[in-house]
Amino acid sequence: MEQQKTPSTAETGEVRLETKGLSVHYGDAVGVREVSIPVYSNRITALIGPSGCGKTTFLRALNRMHDLTRGARVSGQALLDGHDIYGPGVDPVIIRRRIGMVFQKPTPFPTMSIFDNVVAGLKLVGIKQKELLAEVAENALRQAALWDEVKDRLNLPGGSLSGGQQQRLSIARALAVDPEVLLMDEPTSSLDPQSTMRIEELLAELKKQVTIIIVTHSMQQASRVSDYTAFFFVGDLIEFNTTTKIYTNPEQQRTEEYITGRFG
Amino acid sequence: MKNHAEPISLKRRYRRDHAIRLLLAAATLLVLVPLLIVISYVVIQGVNGLSWDLFTQELGSPSRARLGQPTGLVHTMIGTLVVDGLSLIMAVPLGIGAGIMLAEYPDHRLNPLLRLLNDTLNGMPAILKGLLAFALIVKPMGTFSGISGAVALGFVMLPIIARSTESALSIIPWSIREAGLALGIPRWRVVLSAIIPAAKVGLVTGTLIAFARAVGEAAPLLFTSFGNNYLPGHLSGWLLGPVDTLPQRLYSLAISPYQQWHEMGWAAGIVLLGLVIITFVTARLAVRRR
Repeated sequence: MEQQKTPSTAETGEVRLETKGLSVHYGDAVGVREVSIPVYSNRITALIGPSGCGKTTFLRALNRMHDLTRGARVSGQALLDGHDIYGPGVDPVIIRRRIGMVFQKPTPFPTMSIFDNVVAGLKLVGIKQKELLAEVAENALRQAALWDEVKDRLNLPGGSLSGGQQQRLSIARALAVDPEVLLMDEPTSSLDPQSTMRIEELLAELKKQVTIIIVTHSMQQASRVSDYTAFFFVGDLIEFNTTTKIYTNPEQQRTEEYITGRFG
Repeated sequence: MKNHAEPISLKRRYRRDHAIRLLLAAATLLVLVPLLIVISYVVIQGVNGLSWDLFTQELGSPSRARLGQPTGLVHTMIGTLVVDGLSLIMAVPLGIGAGIMLAEYPDHRLNPLLRLLNDTLNGMPAILKGLLAFALIVKPMGTFSGISGAVALGFVMLPIIARSTESALSIIPWSIREAGLALGIPRWRVVLSAIIPAAKVGLVTGTLIAFARAVGEAAPLLFTSFGNNYLPGHLSGWLLGPVDTLPQRLYSLAISPYQQWHEMGWAAGIVLLGLVIITFVTARLAVRRR
């Protein structure tokens, strides 16, 4: 199948996550059709395509967020280190601890302080040691490049931060549970250019520790931050390759038309 | 061509805005005026009946009032607190639980049934809830009791609390739940630690509305807690024997043929109003503090 072509460059790492014929249906409608891609460890994979192409739907299938959507059905496989996350007896709660997610809009928990927001993923599953939580919070906030801005007001409500800070808080919160894979659904679409730049710089740092999949509607962003790119169009994966290859010499005509701005 | 942004149309928009605001103010006044009339009428009629005895003496037989002997409603006030308090203790956990079920687990198989039951209970006349408690508790126990009254009032509060809990929870954006779940937090924990605290004000308001509604109900108590002219002889009498409550006492004072009892009935009205207002104010303050 054309979708499964291996990237041409030799620098492929180990495969952390892999989908095999992954489809998502909403009732009778198809959201994503038979997508098979590898996701390489400690690399950033970008999912691009015009609105409604299924990139977010695909992303949400990777940590079983569709379990919560009424009428949504997932078929095919998503293998995390070789084990299907949709396999029998697999607990979605465990999967979501290993595969974290950052959403389009910042979602601080409204009644919690900045500190409690960051460690929510630990505190709410029963971890209570104060020193440990403080250490994790500081590390996560440093990783998310937010520490210097909030270290003196960790007890203020999370909602008191600006939009860009709230989004970095959401990233810190996702990192605090130490996920192996981080899914990011247009994490900068509601942010100003400066905050966007900060988060993009952050991604380059983060990929040393975590495998990242990012959905973006900005082709420039995909080309700036990602190592691999998957191009989606009306529910189909059109092309998957290294970002360099996709942006310089795509194999599919539709990819080229989209990249060059002829549609979408 | 006409320019739609010209100043003349702007002036008209300001005028219209002004008119709408006047209408809204008038509507607010229209709602407040009857309330003020009721409150001031009750206060004017009942203020003479407020006395030290009212808060310290039991009612006794009508002759006490007619002969000017000490008489009051202390047993009614304590009885109201006991019955309504007990009812609140029973209805709040059940009602909030049902509301959580309705709002947070819309796909659960039992959800439609729960909704149907709750709506039916909500629409049921209060006197039928009294009959229900009569059949469930009074008949087997063989006596009217404070407990049966509390159960009857619980039937009044339960559907109101469940419905208000449901709507308070549904206001919290779905994205907050997803954010919690994406951290690998179990669903029940997300609801308990992230959603319910965010909806706290709504939950308290709903409970208050349910409480205020139940405090004023006389019908469900007529054949459950029944009423009593005296303090119970023993502490257990508050729960296991017939108990006096304000709305039901107010009703029986009002239909009595004694002038002195009518006056006492108005005073009971003031006490009832005061109880509702005090509950609202304290709960509001408690929520606002944090």
